[in-house]
Amino acid sequence: MAGGQQTTSLRTYALTRLGLALPMVLILLTMVFLLLRVAPGDPITAALGGRLPPEQLEERREAAGYNRSLAVQYLEYLGNVATLDFGETIVDNRPVTRVITQNGAATLELTVVALFVALVVGIGVGLVSGRYRDTPVDVAGRLFGILIYAAPVFFLGFLAQLVFAQWLGWFPTSGRASPVTSYDLDTPTNLFLVDSLIALDFSAFSDVLSHLVLPAVTLGLVTGGVFIRLIRVNVLQTLQGDYIEAARARGLSERTVMWHHAFRNALVPVITVVGLQVALLLGGAVLTEQTFNWPGIGSELIRYLNNRDYIAIQGIITFFALVVVIVSLLIDLLNAWVDPRVRY
Amino acid sequence: MARPSLTRLFGPIREARGVPKWVVIAGIAITIAFVVFALFAPWIAPYDFDTYRTADGVRFPKQGHPSGDHLFGTNVQSTDVLSRVIYGARTALEVVILAVIFSLVVGLPLGLISGYFGGKLDRVLLLVMDSLFAFPYLLLAIVVAFLLSDRLGRGVMTAAVSISVVYVPQYYRVVRNHVISVREETYVEAARALGARPRTVISRYILQNVIQNVPVIATLNAADAILTLAALGFLGYGIQPTDAAEWGYDLQRAISDAGAGIWWTGLFPGFAIVTLVTGLTLLGEGLNDVLNPVLRRRPIQAVILPERQSRLPADEAGV
Amino acid sequence: MSVLSARDLRVWYGTSRGPVRAVDGISLEINAGETLGLVGESGCGKSTLGRSILGLLPRGAVIDGELLYDGQNLTELSQRDFRRLRGPEIGLIFQEPMTRLNPLMRISDHFKETLEAHESSLTDEEIRRRSLDALGGMGIPPTRFRQYPHEFSGGMRQRIMIALTLVLRPKLLIADEPTTALDVLVEAQILQILGDLKKNADTALLLITHNLGIVAESCERVAVMYAGQIVEEGAARTVFSEPAHPYTSELLRSIISSKTTELHYIPGAPPDLADPPKACRFHPRCPYAMQVCAAKDPIEVRAETGQRVLCWLHGPEEEIPPGGKAPLEREAIAVAEEA
Repeated sequence: MAGGQQTTSLRTYALTRLGLALPMVLILLTMVFLLLRVAPGDPITAALGGRLPPEQLEERREAAGYNRSLAVQYLEYLGNVATLDFGETIVDNRPVTRVITQNGAATLELTVVALFVALVVGIGVGLVSGRYRDTPVDVAGRLFGILIYAAPVFFLGFLAQLVFAQWLGWFPTSGRASPVTSYDLDTPTNLFLVDSLIALDFSAFSDVLSHLVLPAVTLGLVTGGVFIRLIRVNVLQTLQGDYIEAARARGLSERTVMWHHAFRNALVPVITVVGLQVALLLGGAVLTEQTFNWPGIGSELIRYLNNRDYIAIQGIITFFALVVVIVSLLIDLLNAWVDPRVRY
Repeated sequence: MARPSLTRLFGPIREARGVPKWVVIAGIAITIAFVVFALFAPWIAPYDFDTYRTADGVRFPKQGHPSGDHLFGTNVQSTDVLSRVIYGARTALEVVILAVIFSLVVGLPLGLISGYFGGKLDRVLLLVMDSLFAFPYLLLAIVVAFLLSDRLGRGVMTAAVSISVVYVPQYYRVVRNHVISVREETYVEAARALGARPRTVISRYILQNVIQNVPVIATLNAADAILTLAALGFLGYGIQPTDAAEWGYDLQRAISDAGAGIWWTGLFPGFAIVTLVTGLTLLGEGLNDVLNPVLRRRPIQAVILPERQSRLPADEAGV
Repeated sequence: MSVLSARDLRVWYGTSRGPVRAVDGISLEINAGETLGLVGESGCGKSTLGRSILGLLPRGAVIDGELLYDGQNLTELSQRDFRRLRGPEIGLIFQEPMTRLNPLMRISDHFKETLEAHESSLTDEEIRRRSLDALGGMGIPPTRFRQYPHEFSGGMRQRIMIALTLVLRPKLLIADEPTTALDVLVEAQILQILGDLKKNADTALLLITHNLGIVAESCERVAVMYAGQIVEEGAARTVFSEPAHPYTSELLRSIISSKTTELHYIPGAPPDLADPPKACRFHPRCPYAMQVCAAKDPIEVRAETGQRVLCWLHGPEEEIPPGGKAPLEREAIAVAEEA
């Protein structure tokens, strides 16, 4: 019998995986393109129909290229995406890329902190639940997970604002920073936490942080709720593994068996799970931003949707699609680095 | 292979002890309660969902505290919160049942065909479905709702279709994976070796097996769909407020109330969502725990050892 | 010198159907440097016996009796004390090597963790040297020390497992069907390795298997297990050439060799350990069953040829009631009456 398979290098795997990402990007982009051309008429008329005289509408249409055939438009769209040219919004003439960087940064800050909260809550409760299976601790953990999942993020946000902002007065209700801070702070990266640290402005930092707490914890809890069940199931399955029994047979302490073998192995699929949850996180971010008046890219999307600004909508959705593919790629790479069996 | 039937479903439930059994019962109880609300709303709710004044024309208090006349208080439009919560149940169930049916009708056959026949069709479908699945579901639903509202208006149909678009990839995936694993079973191989046509193999063997999983998936899916509907309503892409009461929409209105310390306009619709989704999730999870033998732990009767009786000859038997 | 001695050992499992009597009153002894084979069909309780020596029983299992190791009665040992025994004193080799190593840890990590847990005073260099020595003894080259389990074949993984067990130099080694999952060539290698243990380190070995062939090849003594009891035990040579218990002789007759012209099998199926047959557990399937076999529990005696045996055919005469030796009337066992 020949020896087992040799491990491919991480680099080879990365290149292969990158190659597979391209078809996915193409499909998503095509979907976005088609989706937004399903409605009758063209975007310009839809957005500005009643507000401009017909000749100006026609001018705008020509300028934006909506008079040409669908195929030509499609190719142009793909070309634009490749050069990251998303055009300008119809209603307020902002370059869509500017929308993405400015408001996107706000969303990024929110989602990163929320993800951190989600991981702490999800992994913590999930591991404990799985370890003490079928005990009251486990039941409590699972119930907590279900309730958190069942509560819409905007309901939790409502309760958070009611209790912590209104009744207890610990945190502000909405916005990213108080007016004073917004006015004073230089924002080169648009990530306020980072910017305030760069400027060594600690009062601004704490102000920004206090604005971040309620929305990030709310979004994090909701996302974490989904993790709990997944991690618990992983722990249970891992504990049934043969190598767990073999480790015990070698006289390793229960703590070593749990931490080095059970928990570590149970967490490996978590990386994939986190990757899947990023999509969930983005959706939740839109809701959170609306609840807390957070000026992120989600609330911008809603605003442009309400204004029927197809160019902005297309640009933002395309951006989301690209983010999803890139994150999925990164997750796979991270997975391959942690679990050597994955690299084929 | 025995045909799956309800007795096979209820058998393990009766056998289950401890937590899973109560979980399923709790889930069933909650779900039934809401179904009752939904079906009998006009008789249970004190007022209609958009009633804002009495028969005499006296307007209800605006944002009134919970009181005798209005057990859950009134909201900013002077409508009764309790009535809106009950009618909201009706809306939720209507939309979600439609959405689940749509998703099933599209996802199940696609998954079956894709999984059974494989090949190019499978690969293409899989790529498309995976891409759809990877996309943030809420954004997808919003965009579809946005586009459909031009053609179909903002009604129950639009909402149901928007939601089902999000879940079709999930049904597809689950069904496809299941079909692929069943397809490799020896009894299917035997059937094909005997010359059974694909249609027979699919309907007789594979479909039966797959259908067993559908109740659990549909229940959990319904739970999630309610959340999606509420999210759409919250963002303003749900049902037209004049057509029906919807919990998510009510919560949107309630956010500004939180700043003024008004808690009843948001608390009750929110609790309704949490309760119904929890009930459905408990039902689905409980069913899954009970039916899925992989992680099931059978109850263990304690062992009582009888007195030791040595079989060794009298001189060698120790104590 | 006796390393392990069991007396009236019982291990019963709790299940939803009632207690399963996996090990129901067995007595045996293993001496230093000796290999004792434990044979029996699947489900006769031999794996349970192996695990009970290490205290690796599932929840709901109860153990009773005497199981002496180094002066301690293992049936009364706490899990904490067991952990001190597992590894440095008693080692266990499992059946399926493919899944017994943590897929995320390198082989070197496995060794490091094991040695550090039991011999904390070792330096990294010493750990490395001992690990490589143990692996080298199994034919695994040092160049592969830092590889992952999935990069090795089944046979090599079993050898790694053995090395991992031996690196702690236990006095007693329990091998639970170590070659069942491997092909014959690899099996021969593993058996050779196990055989060398005796010579080099005076390690006692309990070899659990259903394969009579490897027992004949590797063991000085053999115990035959049926339905949770040891029905025959003695020198391997004697047991195989002059079996005292009908089950043993039936087993031997069932072995296929190049001289086999007709399939021999034992009718019926192994009994359900939750509800074993009364009195002698083999009586429903025994070709020589007598009246007493279905009436009274057999008592252990010594056969003329020297081995211990649990069978009324060998007495003791005083205990057999009058008429007890008449053949037992039974309905023919239908083949379809399998469990």
